[in-house]
Amino acid sequence: MPSDTIEHTANGTAATTETMTGAEIFVHALDAEGVDTVFGHPGGAVIKIYDAMERIQPRFEHVLVRHEQGGTHAAEGYAKATGGVGTVLVTSGPGATNTVTGIADAYMDSVPIVVFTGQVPTHLIGNDSFQETDTVGVTRSITKHNFLVRDVNELASTIRQAYHIARTGRPGPVVVDIPKDVQMAEAPFAYPETPNLEGYSVPGKGAPKQISRAARMIEEAERPLLYVGGGTINADAPDHLTKLARKTNIPVTTTLHGLGAFPETDDLSLGWLGMHGFYHANQAVQHADLIIACGARFDDRVTGKVDAWAPHAKIIHIDIDPACISKNVYADCALVGNASDILQQLLPQVGPKDTSDWLAQIDAWREECPQTYDTSDDTIAPQFVVERLYEKTKGDAVMVTDVGQHQMWVAQFFKFGQTRSHITSGGLGTMGFGLPAAMGAAFGVRKRGRDLPVVCVSGDGGFVMNGQELSVAAAHGLPLKIAVMNNNFLGMVRQWQSLFHDDRFSHTDLTATNPDFVKLAEAHHCVGLRATHPNEVDDVIDEAWSVNDRPVLMEFQVPKEEMVFPMVPAGAATGDMITEMFNKDAIAKEG
Amino acid sequence: MSDDEQTLTRQQIRRKRKFGEPILPEEEAETDQENRHIIAVRLANSIGALNRVTNLFSARGFNLESVAVGETDDPEVSRLTLATTGNDRIVAQITRQLDGLVDTLDVTDLTDAEHVERELCLLKVRYTSATRSEVLDLKDIFRGRVVNVTPETMIFEVTGPTKKINAFIGMMQKHGIEEVARSGRVAMHRSLEYEAPNPLASSDSEVSANGTDPSAS
Repeated sequence: MPSDTIEHTANGTAATTETMTGAEIFVHALDAEGVDTVFGHPGGAVIKIYDAMERIQPRFEHVLVRHEQGGTHAAEGYAKATGGVGTVLVTSGPGATNTVTGIADAYMDSVPIVVFTGQVPTHLIGNDSFQETDTVGVTRSITKHNFLVRDVNELASTIRQAYHIARTGRPGPVVVDIPKDVQMAEAPFAYPETPNLEGYSVPGKGAPKQISRAARMIEEAERPLLYVGGGTINADAPDHLTKLARKTNIPVTTTLHGLGAFPETDDLSLGWLGMHGFYHANQAVQHADLIIACGARFDDRVTGKVDAWAPHAKIIHIDIDPACISKNVYADCALVGNASDILQQLLPQVGPKDTSDWLAQIDAWREECPQTYDTSDDTIAPQFVVERLYEKTKGDAVMVTDVGQHQMWVAQFFKFGQTRSHITSGGLGTMGFGLPAAMGAAFGVRKRGRDLPVVCVSGDGGFVMNGQELSVAAAHGLPLKIAVMNNNFLGMVRQWQSLFHDDRFSHTDLTATNPDFVKLAEAHHCVGLRATHPNEVDDVIDEAWSVNDRPVLMEFQVPKEEMVFPMVPAGAATGDMITEMFNKDAIAKEG
Repeated sequence: MSDDEQTLTRQQIRRKRKFGEPILPEEEAETDQENRHIIAVRLANSIGALNRVTNLFSARGFNLESVAVGETDDPEVSRLTLATTGNDRIVAQITRQLDGLVDTLDVTDLTDAEHVERELCLLKVRYTSATRSEVLDLKDIFRGRVVNVTPETMIFEVTGPTKKINAFIGMMQKHGIEEVARSGRVAMHRSLEYEAPNPLASSDSEVSANGTDPSAS
């Protein structure tokens, strides 16, 4: 392998002719790759690497997480905030299995992370040795690719390949399993310039003929709609998308992961679509005659019943993954390639369109069912908290959420204005994602000099699933603003139990022994604040923003009865939205 | 149901057709019909590569009827032939996922191509002096060879398409088969170069829906 590689000096790391141990090669390879942050947890099978780090003092910073799952989510948060690849380093066995949820999450949401796992020495593999797990076997179906390094001479090139695979094409997690004897064996170090992957290719530009065909379809459409997903952000295409939308006057609706790809303050923005998306956005889908999907995969939370979804629309599907084309919804015109390239190819071929009638129609739907919520003088509406957070930041923040009702309210009531400003667990829906991801995002923001506050919105149920990472955020003085919407319930499950299971709240009540979140924060060397009344909300937020040297946890006590509306019940047609505003009680009991 | 049928728009009907889904309820039985697929894969001869390929099928609940794998002229490349039965659309999607694996060099669904298909079978059968000549006759009819003989048993080697092997085994049944070992199918298309048709290609003949236009340069 090294024979066809060139020694190079990326970032000043010289290749060496004298030999060094695998552990040292690992540390130098990460420096050569330009890694600046590693989230990790030591253990027996990676102790050689940790020792090498201590001796070499590499350029990258190692962040000691408190649980390996937190490490993988932190790497995801880092990757999504920066557009780079997140890096995780854990030991064998339990260290590796603890990363599985995070890896699966990254796989579902196409997040580029590389997870390095220690492994027992090669001669002990398969012997049920202490802390042995078949990591490559366990992670095979949830990684884009994984490697078991059996020869120290292949270590550097494998690391090069891992980052290349994670970063390019449709991004995703890659696992590199490194046995302890490989870490101790010696070889010369050379970080290859090219990954040398024969069977791996990345689509680039779109086929010109298909581009002109798409342009013609756009030309002919009367009620066109851009449906934008996270792939647009992964391809760094939001600017080109905005140009295309504004040039052609085509309204834009975004998926959960697409939030931030198009400024929601723009007149052409319809906001969010799907199960808990806006009524007017879903109506627009149902009446559109052309849908241009950009980096979106027609997830069931978007389409509901596929047969009844967008019945009048032809579909143009822009995606980098050929396997996504026509997977859920048939694409009349498929543009396989990098969204950024394809939008640039498309832009000169389309002219301005008059869509004023169509936009007026959408505005009528918007008025028919405006996105509102019930306010009260004594209880804090969670939506109100999100609105106040928006007012505080004006959208200039990286908003990280956990999973549940609060996640939906953030997507509904926070107006996202810039790319990579919304980080959430969409595909896998991992509770416990929020805090560690926000922590990772804060490291990313700090390293890349993005001067933005990182705000984490979580629920009381999800927050405690990875609450231990508060210590890590405190240790590094990250000024995280953490809002915990505490309704003392597993709120989203409660909502489904209320709507579809006759108010039988089976095992969702956490009231009895939920922690005191203010004390929880203080116990982890963070600032804890609490609001129990609507007129305390702004004070708490202001106070939180005055702290700059450590995380602040704001607990907002919110009523448990609050539900997320509108809603398309799972498997129902998008046209059949439940809009609380019309008849809450009647609908609530239909289920 | 006729109401449902009337509410289908043209776009919905087209979409259903593309996916082979029933447009009328009574069509269901017909379109649920599953087809046999034979898929050839060239993949890196490395640890776990075969596992990744078969994983894609098992994850979808597909049974692989036959898997045959071996080195090619290039020792770093293996050739894999898979036979499975399933809905065309899902097999097409799995094929594209296969293509996306880092280890796979190329993937071809040979089902609709002119191809040759062979399987090798070793069969151990009992014989007596009374049945010996009949057993040997059958072997000749199927162009088999005797590769081992003992006073009680013979081992035959037969190659051919799966149907022929099945027939041979059927004929030997009454003589008392002791053991059967089959290699699994291997297949190869007949032409020098073969571009598998994209089953999801648009019906508009001018374009294909897979993003690569065969008529473009």
